[in-house]
Amino acid sequence: MEIRVNGEQRQVDENCTAAALVDTMGLTGKRIAMEVNMEIVPRSTYHEFTFSPGDKIEIVHAVGGG
Amino acid sequence: MTTMNDTPLVIAGVEYQSRLLIGTGKYKDMEETRLALEASEAEIITVAVRRSNIGQNPDEPNLLEVVSPDKYTILPNTAGCYTVDDAVRTCRLARELLDGHDLVKLEVLGDEKTLFPDITATLEAAEVLVADGFKVMVYTNDDPLIAKRLEEIGCVAVMPLAAPIGSGLGIRNPYNILTIVENANVPIIVDAGVGTASDSAIAMELGCDGVLMNTAIAAAQKPVMMASAMKKAIEAGREAFLAGRMPRKRFASASSPIDGTFF
Repeated sequence: MEIRVNGEQRQVDENCTAAALVDTMGLTGKRIAMEVNMEIVPRSTYHEFTFSPGDKIEIVHAVGGG
Repeated sequence: MTTMNDTPLVIAGVEYQSRLLIGTGKYKDMEETRLALEASEAEIITVAVRRSNIGQNPDEPNLLEVVSPDKYTILPNTAGCYTVDDAVRTCRLARELLDGHDLVKLEVLGDEKTLFPDITATLEAAEVLVADGFKVMVYTNDDPLIAKRLEEIGCVAVMPLAAPIGSGLGIRNPYNILTIVENANVPIIVDAGVGTASDSAIAMELGCDGVLMNTAIAAAQKPVMMASAMKKAIEAGREAFLAGRMPRKRFASASSPIDGTFF
């Protein structure tokens, strides 16, 4: 199925979990935050949270800023 | 810290010894960021929240590894947000990113050229965030009435600009900053616009509780040295404020006695 991650279309397996996506992106263990369709997905639930087709996902981290 | 007879800066119930708050943007690299932070002795450090892009270099050090939340109070900002919704979303992501840490720097910008705050949107976002349990340090203009409104909404610190973000023009309206300070029951922190050490000292001499800056340090020729200079200026300005300056007089007043002259 197709989901949108940080503004880019992405093909993932049905029932793809948040943890699996984070792993594919090489971000496992990194300090990140995720929202799906504008709602926060807590890090503690990444293993249970599964995406649905068309979900809009944002994965963010801290960068330098004032 | 060397400021004599001072009380700590208290923001949302937490005590800080340093009255210098600094940003982490525009540095050459992580090492320069780290060294400037150390030289500044700042305890509250701002960060921005941005997409973790696919294909990003996975070996690149994460900012929060250099600026550890165990060592510093991380202050995520809403820089780049032009709407209430974007600012609120950014704060919620930041809170998740920082394991529930709910101190945020709210800025809702109104215009790309000046980066002046959109005040109506700032007030609205502050209300939403305070109701959602955030401790909001809010970037605003130097309008005393708005500063008071933001305090009444429940912001834990009000942060008027000295001059436009990144401009280095110094305090353009010291009388307004003074009025804001005199009216306030929460810390007033000058945020944005200082260019060099004397600008910070002036802010502190006006009675501000602290100064938040980024470009003044990061864009200096020697950022680490400027970080040290800013630390000293803020300490000196704070001491001068606590000491109470002499009254200004139009004409001279000799420092040496008139009596006992032999000529």
